[in-house]
Order: sequence, then structure tokens, then C-alpha cells
Amino acid sequence: MTHELLGDGRYADFGGMYVPETLVPALREVEDAFTRAWQDAAFRECLDGLLRDYVGRPTAVTEAKNLSDRLGVRVLLKREDLNHTGSHKINNTIGQALLCERMGKERVIAETGAGQHGVATATAAALFGLDCTVFMGEEDVARQALNVVRMRLLGAEVVPVTSGSRTLKDATNEALRDWVATVESTHYIIGSVVGPHPYPAMVRELQRVISVEARAQCEALGCLPDVVIACVGGGSNAIGVFAEFLGTGARLVGCEAGGLGLESGRHGASISRGVPGILHGARTMLLQDENGQVLEAHSISAGLDYPGVGPQHAALARSGAAEYVTVTDSEAIDGFRLLAETEGIIPALETAHAVAALAALAPTLDPGTTVLLCVSGRGDKDVDTLARALGLDTAGSGSPEDY
Amino acid sequence: MGRLHEVLGARKAAGEKSLVVYLTGGLPDVPTTTRLIEAVAAAGADAVELGIPFSDPIMDGPVIQAASQRALDAGVTPAGVLQAVMPVSDVLPVGFMTYANLVHHAGWERFAHEAAAAGLCAAIVPDLPLEEATPWLDAARTAGLDTVLLVAPTTPPERIRRIAAETSGFLYAVGVLGVTGVREQLARTAVELAARACELTEVPVLVGVGVGTPEQAAEVCRVADGVVIGSAVVRRVLDAETPDAAVESVAGFVRAVRAAMDEPA
Ligand SMILES: Cc1ncc(COP(=O)(O)O)c(C=O)c1O
Repeated sequence: MTHELLGDGRYADFGGMYVPETLVPALREVEDAFTRAWQDAAFRECLDGLLRDYVGRPTAVTEAKNLSDRLGVRVLLKREDLNHTGSHKINNTIGQALLCERMGKERVIAETGAGQHGVATATAAALFGLDCTVFMGEEDVARQALNVVRMRLLGAEVVPVTSGSRTLKDATNEALRDWVATVESTHYIIGSVVGPHPYPAMVRELQRVISVEARAQCEALGCLPDVVIACVGGGSNAIGVFAEFLGTGARLVGCEAGGLGLESGRHGASISRGVPGILHGARTMLLQDENGQVLEAHSISAGLDYPGVGPQHAALARSGAAEYVTVTDSEAIDGFRLLAETEGIIPALETAHAVAALAALAPTLDPGTTVLLCVSGRGDKDVDTLARALGLDTAGSGSPEDY
Repeated sequence: MGRLHEVLGARKAAGEKSLVVYLTGGLPDVPTTTRLIEAVAAAGADAVELGIPFSDPIMDGPVIQAASQRALDAGVTPAGVLQAVMPVSDVLPVGFMTYANLVHHAGWERFAHEAAAAGLCAAIVPDLPLEEATPWLDAARTAGLDTVLLVAPTTPPERIRRIAAETSGFLYAVGVLGVTGVREQLARTAVELAARACELTEVPVLVGVGVGTPEQAAEVCRVADGVVIGSAVVRRVLDAETPDAAVESVAGFVRAVRAAMDEPA
């Protein structure tokens, strides 16, 4: 069964469907249901209506004048931070919740790192009246406490995961284990372009709206971007903003978590430093030791703290159709401050990686260059982390210059 | 076809039930793993499925997760686990069970070759469904290893037939919707799936996952050709204070399961 929309799940020799037999029929069901839904005008109308009236799409493209002056290139910001719930993640969860309803399942599960996907899933579940369980590594529960409260307020059950590195990788393991047991009544809303086929393709199609809008918005501004830049955890905001610019000649740049630096071994740079491996249902670039045990990733940003990456990104990197750079924790903090101070936009720490990468790239670009940067989310959830990193007093005194 | 296929096929032909015991390799240490293999053979197991600990065991419940983690924390490696087998490789067929990444990382051919050279005769890789199994199946055949494929309660009949055509050694029927672990009661799905699978294939059908007591093993054997018991065994190794206690406790349990399976219905 091969569908054009979703393809066969192979991206060069990456991708595939490495899952227990129990899940194979369910993956076929999702593939089939999504393909049919996508061709169904009523489904598309319903989804488009929700994206417009509930999520608040289209999101703006902001001409970042101050940042452009600072960097010497023209910077356009695609404002996914303006979506309901504060990130691009909801583009995917609304679509999958609608699909879940169509498949007649009454419960959804999700994994979450930063909590943005968990919040977006809990939100969609509340809207559609679905039961919702979110798996979250214990470490992330601690560092993204605000989002845990949000999920619980939305009626979701949040299960702290205590195995392994207690972050996104382990939350995903636990979600898969739950799904193996509940697959007949439950749909698994994977939060990025990772996992077994059809997820990488389905989530890409649901995030494609970012570049469909952005392309039209750029054209209205009389330009197409020369460079498109986004952060890469699993890679869903990046694939969403790349999708319509693939093959246009635009330079596509993904930013991975450099953590404490590539040499430290404590990072999330699966493309830059991983080797091909199999995790969570797909063959992709993976951080692993000499025996094939998966390594813990590290990033200041919970959403980039993942040892794998979407298989399509692995293939885009291999072919050179996109390039991938790394940004360290401390560079990301600088990126965060740069966007906040120049444009009055507090970005998610994930997004801050893309801002930092742009700042590093700008001096090498021609002055006439137009760059489109995906602001994948807003940074309220990260304010505590930033305050700690900058030695700011959350009670109100102190300034960044004090640290 | 390899030695697992021969041994279990002969038992089925003779109307006898097969008992496969799962052990986590390297728990509590590699020498004790060798002793445990010997002990379960003496207690009546027909084959051993030796788990090679992986960092992300998505088909495993709390017991085998804890066992894998403990072994990994103690520094157990895939090569170390394979070493446990040679001294006992002629006692009974031993296969490995692990996740695709460990095999893929070494290289399909290289891993198959090394496992065969270490005295193993079969493989179970639960995250390699039919769609992804071909490179491994080719490598395993070349090395003379059987590969046990799995069917689940969600597998449609037509697909069971296709999987049964590719499996060797036995067909592993996953008894429950869920990951490994002991359940209080045998799930209805276990018996239903075993019955369905037995109708569709001549290959021995063994039920694993969710079979954890002598009574449950006996119940499954009314329809299936045998059982795979894992978590209930590994639990005993985890709980034992010393290697000797682990060997004794596991042997006693396996004897009880064997006796229950062989009791005339
Ligand atoms: C705001 C934001 N951006 C980016 C990401 C990374 O995910 P992806 O690479 O799938 O876009 C996350 C993940 O939690 C996020 O919350």
C-alpha cells in the first residue's frame, strides 16, 4: 500500500516501520485513514476552520526591522508563537485529534519534552472530548513545571517517566508501551516528524501549513526567502517551514542542540554527531555508544533534548538538500536575548537556537539576503530556566548585566 | 533451518509441548547466566531465549526493563552476553532476543555471524516486523540461524499466514495486547490467537507475554504447542540475594511449569 501523499515511509535508506507486530495494523489504519481524510473536502474544511477560528491561523510574518539592522540582512519571522497554546505543535495535534475522532477512537496519548506538544495534545483532547494521557520524563516535569500544570488544568493525566534519562526519549518509550496495550481504543499523537511510518509524513503534511502560508506572505512582501532557518528537535517545525521551499533554491538550515558543546559529548546533535540507527520505529541518525546503546541527549531546551531526528531530515542532510548546524546552550541564551531585546519577542529556548544560528550565519551572507526564520514557539515556559541561567531574581530585582 | 527448528519441530511431531525460558543476559553476571541456562535445561526447558539488554526496550514491562537496566549498569555488552552461551551450547538450543538497533549497529551479517560462532542458533527481534525483516532474515539464513517472528492479537489472519511462512523455529504468538510482564489471569486473547494461528500453520505455535504461572502455562498448552516464560523467571533472578539463590529459585519454578504443562489434561 503506497500513497502518494504519504509516500512509502522511506527517505533514502532512512525511515521505515520498526515496531512490534502489535502496532503494524494500527499504523496501516492511521495511514489509510489519514490518506482518505486528506482527500475528503469536509475533513479539510473542518480542519481549516479550526486552524483559523481556534488556533488563530494564518500566523503573521513579521518584518524584524531592528534585528535586520543589527544583523545586516533582512529577517522575516514566521510567528508560530502566536498560535493558540504558544507553538507550532497545535497544527499537528488538531489534525490528529480530528483524525482520531474519525477513526472512532476515544483516547489519545502523547509524549512530550518541553511540554508544548503535551499542552497542544491536551488542548485538542479537551476540544474533542477525548481522554488524554501525556508521558513526560521526570526531568522535564521539573524543568517545564508550568506546562505540567497547564496539561492538568486541561484535564489530561500527566505520567512522569522515571526510566532511562527521564527525558523525551524515555517518555516516547513509555507512550509506545502504552499504545501496544491500548491500540484498539487509543490513537498515539506523536509530536514530531519522528516515529514509524506514516508519522513522519503525516506530521509533515499537518505542519506544511507553516510554509504554505509563509510562502504566500513572503510573495506579498515582494520576495522569496534566500535562506530558511529553523530549530530541529524531532524536526517538525523545520520540515513544516522547509516543505514549500524545497527545490526553490532557498538555502534550508536546521539548527540542532549543541548542548555543552560537541566535544563535551553532551548535546542533541544527532545529524552532526550521530550514526544511522533504529529508534522509536525509524532508521535515522542517532546518538549511540560503540555497542548501539542509545545515548542520553543534552540540551538546555527540553524540546531539542532527543538523541534521534526525523528520518526525512537525515535524508535531506545526506543529500545536501538542507544543511544542519549546531548551537550550544550558551549561544542559545544569547539568541534568546537578542530576539527579546531587539524585537520584543520572547521566544522558546528551542527557537532561540535558530536565532543564534542566524546571528552566526549573518556575517557570511550578502547584505541583500532575505532570511525567513521560524519562531516555533513563545518562551513563557522557559522564563525560569533563563532566570536561573542569567542569575536573575524571579522576585523582581537584578538585571541580566548582574550575572 | 537451524537447531531450534529441529528440536521444537520434533517435539510437536511427537505430540509434546515446548517450554522456552527467557533470561536477561548478564543478570546478575555473565558466569551466572551460563549456570542459569544449564539449570533451566535440567529443569525441563526445551530452549532458552537470551535477552541482550538494550537501552530502550519498548516491548518490555517493568521487570525486564529493570533487569536490562541493572545489567547495563553493571557494564554488560552484547559480546559479553554471547560469551555466556558457548559452554552450554550443546545442552539445548539458545537464541538471542534483542532490539533491532543493537543488531543493526553491529551490521546484520556481522551480528548473525558472531551469534552463530558463539553457539547461538536462533534470534528474536521484536521490532523487526515483516516489512523490515528482510536484510536480517537473509543474514540469519546465511549464518544458519533460525528467526522467530511474532504475531499479535491485532494481526489479521492473512498476515498470520505470511508471517508463519517466514518464521523458523516457532511462531511466537504474543498472548496479550501489551508489553512483557506477569498478569494475574491468562488473557482470552492468548487462547484465541493460539487457536487461530494453529489453524493457519504447521509451524509450532508458542504463546509468550502474559504467561507467568504453571497454571497459565498448562491452560495455554491446551491449544498451543508451548509457551515462552520471561518476566516470571527474570523476577526471580532480580529478587535473589545471591547467584546460587537465583539458580535454585529459577530451577524450582521451571520444574513446576514443566510439570504443569506435561500433566495430562
Ligand atoms: C517551541 C518549540 N519549538 C521546537 C520544538 C522542537 O520540535 P520540532 O523539532 O519537532 O519542531 C519544540 C518541542 O517541544 C517546541 O516546543
